[in-house]
Amino acid sequence: MKIHWFRYSSPATFYDLAGRLIPWFAALALVLTLAGLYWGFFETPDRLGGTNPQKEYYRIIFLHVPAAWLSMWLYLVLAAWSAVGLIFNTRLSYMMAVATAPSGAIFTFIALWTGSFWGRTSWGTWWDWDPRLTSELILLFLYIGYMALHSAIDDTRRADRSAALLALVGLICVPIIFWSINCPDPNQCAALHQRSGLDRVDPNILWAMLVTTLGLWSYSFAAIFARVRGVILSREADTQWVRDLVATEAAP
Amino acid sequence: MRVFLCVLGRDITLAMRRRTDVLTTLFFFIIVVSLFPLGVGTEKQTLKILGPGVVWVAALLASMLALERLFAADYEDGTLEQMLLSTQPPAVLVLAKVTAHWLLTGLPLVIIAPLVGLQYQLPGNAQWIMMVSLLVGTPVLSLIGAIGAALTLGLRGGGILLSLLILPLYIPVLVYGAGAVTVSMIDLADTQPYLSLLGAFLLLALTLSPLATGAALRIALE
Repeated sequence: MKIHWFRYSSPATFYDLAGRLIPWFAALALVLTLAGLYWGFFETPDRLGGTNPQKEYYRIIFLHVPAAWLSMWLYLVLAAWSAVGLIFNTRLSYMMAVATAPSGAIFTFIALWTGSFWGRTSWGTWWDWDPRLTSELILLFLYIGYMALHSAIDDTRRADRSAALLALVGLICVPIIFWSINCPDPNQCAALHQRSGLDRVDPNILWAMLVTTLGLWSYSFAAIFARVRGVILSREADTQWVRDLVATEAAP
Repeated sequence: MRVFLCVLGRDITLAMRRRTDVLTTLFFFIIVVSLFPLGVGTEKQTLKILGPGVVWVAALLASMLALERLFAADYEDGTLEQMLLSTQPPAVLVLAKVTAHWLLTGLPLVIIAPLVGLQYQLPGNAQWIMMVSLLVGTPVLSLIGAIGAALTLGLRGGGILLSLLILPLYIPVLVYGAGAVTVSMIDLADTQPYLSLLGAFLLLALTLSPLATGAALRIALE
């Protein structure tokens, strides 16, 4: 049997595939997110130890951490599709990049928002110029910049390629920005660095977080596929297959 | 190299024929810096703390506002297209244009910096460090900004969009540029790592930005 490696790089075939995958990912997202949140809210200890015991409010991490992880991961996805688009000049990769950006921006916003709630109870302030908060804020600016540049250019081809280039420039700058905020004083970098590691998280809590992450990840798949279907339709509106599709949909 | 000097000379000659453009950027910088004491109060200690940050943010804004002119005129009369059609590598042309742009907008800021530093009661050492940090930092601003200027070439509302794209990327330069000046008021010896990092940013921007800007110009002029 011969495998067609590039069968789904055509918008027409991918439109169909995405349509069939959306219900699966949507169902998976619902099940995993609800399971993860139930696990996190009801099956984990009601206080965290340490010198400053955190009571119930620490549970916001079951939404906060998955959202923060996904906000960063989706930027990598966005940059990867942009790079593929610029290198191979494929139409579908740009469409995927355009569809990914809003999801990433939403997760960045959720991470900031929930983090702010946690900060209010834990630190007594809604906002602090903590390195993690600041770099997440800049990530949000990058997503917004990408979307603003894309929507400001009317010519689709130029919009795709310009925004893709911006995403790649951002990808190079993000580590530099992150590290310059993380270590504002180069004389004492090692001392300032905040340490957190997955191996220090209680496995019960960690697994609840991971399940929610998978749930939100599936949600991103479903949302991005749904969005990319819209993008494909509007961009391919004058092709024969879209006209056929519309004709069959319209027919009773 | 000859191409580089040719484009550089041409851009500087053109700008010298319209000197007000250059002076506008400079006076914008001075006005922004002068506004802050009027807004937050003229207490000596407050000004000393605010000074480095305010001067650097004003430099960021001034350099960003001037960016719009970097490619716009050449884009409108078609010169830019002819330049890119020539056999010369676009990175060299971009580097020449950015150098000219920095000589006309960045360098005046460096020279005027001690004057605005006086407004903020900065001590002598801090003045020197501010000049050095601006000298190393403003070229980075021009280089990063060139990418944004090329991406937003000929768009409606390009100026606002440019600030949205570019200002987040300016953050490292701001952190270490203003940081160097602040630290120099405490202990002069501690400023060296800040300036080294600014130098590292400059090298990185010098190698990557002309390539990215060239690619962006090609996309814009397709």
